Amino acid sequence: MFDLEGYGHLLWEGGLLTLKVGVFSMVIALFLGLVMAMCKLSKIWILDFPAGVYTTVIRGIPELVLILLVYYGGPTLIQDFAAMLGRDIYVDLNPFFAGSMTIGFIYGAFATEVFRGAFMAVPRGQIEAARACGMGPFLAFRRIQMPQMWRFAIPGLGNVWMVLIKATALISVIQLPELMRSADVAARSTRKPFTCFFMASLIYLLITILSLVFQQWAEKRANRGVRRE
Amino acid sequence: MDISVIIDSVPEFAKGITITVEITAISVAIGFCLAIVLSIMRVSKNPFVWMPVYGFNFYFRGTPLLVQLFLIYYGSGQFQEFFSQIGLWHLFKEAYFCAVLTLTLNTAAYAGEIFRGGIEGVSFGEIEAARACGMSGVKLYRRIIMPAAIRIAWPAYTNEVVFLLQASSLVSIITLMDITGVARVAAAKTFAFYELFLFAALIYLVLVYAVIFVFRKVENRITAHLVHEAASQ
Repeated sequence: MFDLEGYGHLLWEGGLLTLKVGVFSMVIALFLGLVMAMCKLSKIWILDFPAGVYTTVIRGIPELVLILLVYYGGPTLIQDFAAMLGRDIYVDLNPFFAGSMTIGFIYGAFATEVFRGAFMAVPRGQIEAARACGMGPFLAFRRIQMPQMWRFAIPGLGNVWMVLIKATALISVIQLPELMRSADVAARSTRKPFTCFFMASLIYLLITILSLVFQQWAEKRANRGVRRE
Repeated sequence: MDISVIIDSVPEFAKGITITVEITAISVAIGFCLAIVLSIMRVSKNPFVWMPVYGFNFYFRGTPLLVQLFLIYYGSGQFQEFFSQIGLWHLFKEAYFCAVLTLTLNTAAYAGEIFRGGIEGVSFGEIEAARACGMSGVKLYRRIIMPAAIRIAWPAYTNEVVFLLQASSLVSIITLMDITGVARVAAAKTFAFYELFLFAALIYLVLVYAVIFVFRKVENRITAHLVHEAASQ
């Protein structure tokens, strides 16, 4: 059953690509989330307002529409813009980059909210104490807020990762041969759609289980300095 | 930006909105009822009751919706003979039926876990008081536990409904003409990709915030008696 008439390895390769896309998107999401959370927490409206718009708008639009918008709409938008300037260019997006960038961009909005909550969960007294010790705002941020924030952020980020890895299945619509696309190819060739998609779903389930184990380990590690009653 | 393309496709988009809202509403309605049952089974102490539900929830929450959709829509083809024999094939060959079935099962699993959290959050004093008044079993759940659990779970459930509305865009992949489907077909015809997808995104944005608005209204209503308490604290 695991061989799928020779298509089993295709699914594994697809699974690896899914993981690659997932990790790449997650890195983008974490970076964006961190930057946007800091913007949202700053009292400067020119930073706060765009970050607010970003999280509100992105969380209200389906991932699929955004992926289609970036992958198909992006090149035509650039071409139309270039035509307006009197240039004739041809843009072709790489599905891997277009897909991961879009997924990362979407989940950056969710990560923003997680980081924002985590930063706010660090007791104010800690920051005041750091300032009293003579640390400037940046030093206090780097030494005090940043390391302690992770403890509160990890459960939320774990959830973001779980949703993100499942959202990568949508990249199959732009023909990237990740797990879902490979399963589709295998299903068409073997004429056993149920078996192939079920195998694919088990691989996703395996990723989910491994992520849960990793998350528990990370939470334990992040909380190692916390005393329990 | 070519606005005329959008204007030309407005009637199609109107149909698309109907399909999206219809599919979401049906799935939410059936999924809600299923989730209530699942959540009650999930908190049972009998392993034969809670374990199958745990497995169901884990599977539907641990795999992408797209896989589930393909599993039901394309996968059912592998058992065509069996479905024909029991007279269900005419249902499974319809993309609409498969879409609603998948979304319903998916939302039932997510909402089931949300409501379980709600049930576990009901303060034990309330249950004790109900028991002291002589309630048990169905009456206890119907009158005391479920109303309190739903009240606790409502904000999280609002999120789930918003996710389901967005997730319904996947049905366009199995040929249904919802908002995304209309945008894809119109874009393929006119090459006005970003105009049409931006317009689709805008419609979803309006729908999502409309859902949030309605659910907040319901939340205010079902927690009306608690507002005074919260304000006085």
